[in-house]
Amino acid sequence: MASPTVELKLTAKDFKSDQEVRWCPGCGDYSILAAMQRFMPELGIPREKTVFISGIGCSSRFPYYMNTYGMHSIHGRAPAIATGLSASRPDLSVWVVTGDGDALSIGGNHLIHALRRNVNLKILLFNNRIYGLTKGQYSPTSELGKITKSTPAGSADSPFNPLSLALGAEASFVARTIDSDAKHLQSVLRAAAEHEGSAFVEIYQNCNIFNDGAFELIKDSSTRDDHLIRLEQGKPITFGSEQQFSVVHPAGAFGLSVRESAALDGESPVTHDATVDDPAYAFALSRLSGSDLNTTPIGVFRNVIRPTYDQLVQKQLEDAKAQVTGTPDEMLDDLLNAADTWTIV
Amino acid sequence: MAAGAKRVEQLDRVVIRFAGDSGDGMQLTGDRFTSETAQLGNDISTLPNFPAEIRAPAGTLPGVSSFQVHFADYDILTPGDSPNVLVAMNPAALKANLSDLPAGADIIVNTDEFTKRNLAKVGYAASPLDDGSLDGYAVHPVALTSMTVGALSDLGVSKKDAERAKNMFALGLLSWMYSRPFESTLRFLERKFAKRPDLVAANKAAFQAGWNFGETTEDFAIRYEVKPAKMRPGTYRNITGNQALALGLVAAGVRSKLPVFLGAYPITPASDILHELSKHKKFGITTMQAEDEIAAIGAALGASYGGALGVTTTSGPGVALKGETISLAIALELPLVIVDVQRAGPSTGLPTKTEQADLNMALYGRHGEAPLAVIAPKSPSDCFHAAIEAARIALTYRTPVILLSDNYVANGSEPWLLPSPDDLPDLTVEYATEPNGEDGRFLPYLRDPSTLARPWAIPGTPGLEHRIGGLEKADKTGDISYDPANHEFMVRTRAARIEAIEVPDIEVEDDDENARVLVLGWGSTYGPIGAACRALRQRGLPIAQAHLRHMAPLPANLGEVLKAYDKVIIPEMNLGQLAHVIRAKYLVDAVPFNQISGLPFTAATLESMLEDVVKNG
Repeated sequence: MASPTVELKLTAKDFKSDQEVRWCPGCGDYSILAAMQRFMPELGIPREKTVFISGIGCSSRFPYYMNTYGMHSIHGRAPAIATGLSASRPDLSVWVVTGDGDALSIGGNHLIHALRRNVNLKILLFNNRIYGLTKGQYSPTSELGKITKSTPAGSADSPFNPLSLALGAEASFVARTIDSDAKHLQSVLRAAAEHEGSAFVEIYQNCNIFNDGAFELIKDSSTRDDHLIRLEQGKPITFGSEQQFSVVHPAGAFGLSVRESAALDGESPVTHDATVDDPAYAFALSRLSGSDLNTTPIGVFRNVIRPTYDQLVQKQLEDAKAQVTGTPDEMLDDLLNAADTWTIV
Repeated sequence: MAAGAKRVEQLDRVVIRFAGDSGDGMQLTGDRFTSETAQLGNDISTLPNFPAEIRAPAGTLPGVSSFQVHFADYDILTPGDSPNVLVAMNPAALKANLSDLPAGADIIVNTDEFTKRNLAKVGYAASPLDDGSLDGYAVHPVALTSMTVGALSDLGVSKKDAERAKNMFALGLLSWMYSRPFESTLRFLERKFAKRPDLVAANKAAFQAGWNFGETTEDFAIRYEVKPAKMRPGTYRNITGNQALALGLVAAGVRSKLPVFLGAYPITPASDILHELSKHKKFGITTMQAEDEIAAIGAALGASYGGALGVTTTSGPGVALKGETISLAIALELPLVIVDVQRAGPSTGLPTKTEQADLNMALYGRHGEAPLAVIAPKSPSDCFHAAIEAARIALTYRTPVILLSDNYVANGSEPWLLPSPDDLPDLTVEYATEPNGEDGRFLPYLRDPSTLARPWAIPGTPGLEHRIGGLEKADKTGDISYDPANHEFMVRTRAARIEAIEVPDIEVEDDDENARVLVLGWGSTYGPIGAACRALRQRGLPIAQAHLRHMAPLPANLGEVLKAYDKVIIPEMNLGQLAHVIRAKYLVDAVPFNQISGLPFTAATLESMLEDVVKNG
């Protein structure tokens, strides 16, 4: 990722493009855009070194509104395009903006391969559990039985858990946040930006036209605290209005469970550590949340260091430069002649 | 290995086909014979022919792999229609190839493999070596396997390794028969088996045993010589189309001073380009084996956006998958080279056989009005120059370019007069560095008036931050635009900028300038069409030949050329795709001549068809 330049004094305004923002009034995308524009100056990366690449969908209009370099590409392919850019231009800060249909349906293959390669991309998945731009069909994160225009009798396919999927694809950084919580959103974006390698961030985003209130349980102040689990590095995982719930690892169990804190039988709440190398821990955390949002962790689930694709590719190029002899034309001449040749006089 | 005292006969040309089981090493044997022949200075053309299966069941007809080499003391254009010599390593190889042989051809058979079981596998009731069915040929029965094993008995190699060296025995025998210089083969064996000195010794001994066998046995009474061809002075190497294409891409990187980024997914018959380019990182070339065809072109386009020369290599099925990204590249107006090494379709088709049936897809296979440039190499070595030309057009005009190679040129080989890098075109391009509009504004779709190319403003350039995408863009500003008049203008401009690409005029080969029939070809049919035209002219029948390299845009003088002849014949390895274009665009009554067998035209097929046209109209 591009290194910060100390002298830069950018403001949120510098990151606003001259294009009129055309999301529906009340769309969760506005708050994500505002949070991003407020947060970018903090990074100290010059605007010209920042690139947003998106696919197709409502969220994918995002690059038009950022006054950086940007490409609104085709459905599902942003991670592939961004991989080529990032691997060949390690000096850039490359962000992918995608949605649940774009990243998990038509572009599922590119997403998992970008994550396994650990390409130095920040991938923001705006998950509203619906197809918005095509006017309201169910998506691969819609709950089973979802009634939509294309599924009047309810959808028959089970949803993905995007974080479980990303972890299964060997993602080195996995986090979740919510469009309406600007402070949390910015803290997660900051952590993602600081991560070397693929950073996968799921952002719960409300589509007020086709799936309004999808995340209300964890947004409404009257219910939120009893269902939202805020992960904090080094802190025991407890939640509830009275911290009456704890996340524990029951003896003999493979995964994590939620217990009433008062009824803990010799067990203690798990202390959160996103740097645990074994992905089983973050995976267990990701399994706490389901379609019903009843116990939904947000924050950074996993944050580990492993070699990035960009570094490995650049290293091979640099190592090969040691074999450079002479000018490029001379090397080309040598290459053309590097075979059994014969001369006609 | 001194030359024997046998009679030496001079020949002007020979066609040899090595045929055996997929595991018999026939491709390698043919390759080595070709290299020896190249060293001698003959002109050469080769044609490998192998099954898609890596190892079909041993001894069966589907498992037969062959390699044909044509060499001559004059310049030749094809690998030859029919072999003068067939080396058949087993009954399957004999049966699969016999129908291609003219009467009197030499057949060298490995008698050790003509067992009851092997004969039964391919449906021979009796051995063709005994039943008189080969009476019209000069059959040379040789116990290749057992003589090889015998020759290596003192070397301490396993029986299996000794048997595997039988292809070197065959190569030694053929090298003797045709007086080939063998030093390069001995050096090759030392390199190939550098980690196994015992195998170096075994394979050299097998080669020598084959050579000595030729010299001593009475069955081979004559030794042949083919004198060097008169070729243009210079340094040559033998090269396949895929190798040449890869080297052309390296050269395009050097001459443009740009990093080359190849995104590719393995596919027959294009994978060798990926293999070759992955070896040349010191030229600043990055190769990425992507998760699929779409990612391969996506990554290449991403790299182009970042200022690299983005390239993707594939075959027809891959181009089908890349279509949407090619359209994006057309909308973004970024340089991109898409290499399609065509194979026989539809669907998986015949992955190791050749065809020219992707022309329609290259020209039209995208949604919307999505024009781009298309070019096609005419021979293996021409793939080098075609790759450079594709890069030139892509970089100068900021457009995707499809390069249509095919299995015939990709795997075939010929001698290549090595160019000097200084003589290659300068492909230097300049990125945009300054705002080009009023008040310091940057207009990403403000065009160069001569090329109609838009500025290439790469991320990292201060002051030129801009957004591009697949939605229709307003002229000049590149902002999203739904304006009807703007869309019409942009569609017409995208078409006009492809039409405005400067391509050389097509040249006509019409020796006596009295021909009334023009044969028009494109791509890999150049060799057989050229050989057929030559044969006709030698017989006093006038015929004109013109060959297209630029399929889009077409050369400006093409209409005029077509209209100068009474009759235009278009041979293609498809159902008439170019003929359709020519008829539609020029209203010329061009006559298609089509073959879709997975095999290239033979010169004889074209000669007889054209003879009929020239004589009877």
